Amino acid sequence: MLRYLLGRIMATIPVVVLISLLVFLLIHAAPGDPADLLLSDEASAADIAEARRRWGLDQPIYIQYLRFLANIAYGDLGMSFKYSDPVIGLIGERLPATIELAIASLLIAVLIGIPLGVWAGAKPNSWADNLGSVFGFFGISMPSFWLGIMLILIVSGYFNWLPSSGRSTYGVGHGSDFYIIQSLLTGNMKTAWDGIKYIIMPAIALGTGMMGLVMRVTRSSVLEIMSEDYVRTARAKGLGERTVLWRHVLRNALVPVITVVGLELGTLLSGSIIVETVFAWPGSGSLLIAAIQSRDYPLITGTVLTYTIAFVVINFAIDMLYALIDPRIRFGK
Amino acid sequence: MENSATLEAEVISERRAVRSRRLRRALRPWLTPKVIGGGIIVLLLVIVGLSAPWIAPYDPNVQNLSHALRPPDWLFGANVLGTDALGRDILSRLFYGARISLVIAVMVVIISGVVGIALGAISGYFAGTTDFLIQKLVEVVWAFPPLLLAIAIMAFLGQGLENLILALVSQRWIAYCRVSRGQALSLRSREFVDAARSLGARHTRIIVRHIVPNLLPSALVIGTFSMASAIISEAALSFLGLGVPPEIPTWGSMLADGRTYISTSWWLALFPGLCIFFTVLGINLLGDGLRDILDPRLKRSGSGIG
Repeated sequence: MLRYLLGRIMATIPVVVLISLLVFLLIHAAPGDPADLLLSDEASAADIAEARRRWGLDQPIYIQYLRFLANIAYGDLGMSFKYSDPVIGLIGERLPATIELAIASLLIAVLIGIPLGVWAGAKPNSWADNLGSVFGFFGISMPSFWLGIMLILIVSGYFNWLPSSGRSTYGVGHGSDFYIIQSLLTGNMKTAWDGIKYIIMPAIALGTGMMGLVMRVTRSSVLEIMSEDYVRTARAKGLGERTVLWRHVLRNALVPVITVVGLELGTLLSGSIIVETVFAWPGSGSLLIAAIQSRDYPLITGTVLTYTIAFVVINFAIDMLYALIDPRIRFGK
Repeated sequence: MENSATLEAEVISERRAVRSRRLRRALRPWLTPKVIGGGIIVLLLVIVGLSAPWIAPYDPNVQNLSHALRPPDWLFGANVLGTDALGRDILSRLFYGARISLVIAVMVVIISGVVGIALGAISGYFAGTTDFLIQKLVEVVWAFPPLLLAIAIMAFLGQGLENLILALVSQRWIAYCRVSRGQALSLRSREFVDAARSLGARHTRIIVRHIVPNLLPSALVIGTFSMASAIISEAALSFLGLGVPPEIPTWGSMLADGRTYISTSWWLALFPGLCIFFTVLGINLLGDGLRDILDPRLKRSGSGIG
């Protein structure tokens, strides 16, 4: 396992380096000089010349890239123009809100998608299956941002049941902590419930697409496994249908579901950028959009790099999970 | 007299029935509910998109501030689906939005398909170092969360049609490339490729004439799903203000307006969203139907591709 782990780490490093190269090239492909982009509009010609020297923009491009790479390696993503703070700190403050939203969406997708999929797969072509299939199609075809807007329109606007934006009533407007999780851990049910009220709609908006996919994959996977020999054996030895379904079928049907959830985490990550914008959720996604609107290029670069590296790390973790579950992956290719 | 007339009519209708039965038999594998339902929606979209300048009741960009934020007036009103904050007619903007969505999605799918199939075929056919380099590129581009690379491209390069298409193609070619590569890898050792090679065919000819045609059925299926995701992504980028310039009406930018006026004017957000939803639903249905017919092997991979 250790050898596999080390091998995978070695294979991931060049990918991260190449990602940084791609982002670096993108900054340089932007119209105008990077010094103009990376300084605010008020900078004078002397400031720009000074910045060019300080950032090494007068150096050959490969040296510039090496400096860029070295800065990233040290965790230095530059200073934001808009907030005049280090980019890395700004992103760190907003990440918990994004992570909490992602977890909530994931829970919705899995806790609703899997039972629906099992139900539909266990009784193919029944009304439950057809309803589930329609539901799954809707889930996949519904753009998360529109679903979010419709939820605001109906649930907040018409019925006035849930708040339409932000993260809490008690002034914890920032993203800098795991609001719900911390409230639950400290037993403060009032603030926990408050946080849950705010997270329900964004989580549904973000999780519905994945739920549709999870449901469809669970269905086809259950359907396939229902015709396996060991299912027949389990039935033959007199086990109840429910035991067969939940103990024998589901356990094996979950492997492709885990794969899809892993693959779709990236979609969830980028979907959160849009959903956060819809619900004014104070996470790193709305930070990125605000940065783009105010042309805060260091902040844009930093956020894009953070999301991408986070995605690489998630994929790496999923690979490791597979290797733990399935010894064939560790040993052979 | 009357009798023979009915007889003749019966014979004719019998012939017609036979003919239509034959037609139906030929079309039967294609006429699944999914293909029909999806096809009708897509056809409708194409018709609306192509004929927007003739069927739209107003110029989509003409502002009439005295008519701003009028609610829909279904039967007799001047603005059937209402107007936006600048008094522009929603229905007309939706028609023109269909046009833009369609043009962008088709271009993105075609460009991604050409790039993806070409790189995939080359990668699989030559194998070795070429394969390694192309797969490294795939790995790096794929390492970005979906849509994030597109957002980054639009953020750095700025708004505009060319940049938008580049942004949408940036990751979308990969689905074609992966599937094409896998198929090309197994095709390269087949007899007909060996035969072509022994006849002295050059690599280019083998790839273009013998490999690529075999990659097209799967590519068609991927292309359909890719079109659905391209429409959603384009709408998402426009919603974030990162799409085509604001003077061009798109469903995504209309939704962004709808978000702004959500507490007062529900129609601004409802209709463009419905358009996106039904379009994507139709294309997904069509793609699902096509996949069942053309390439059952792709069935397991879900529609998250592209």
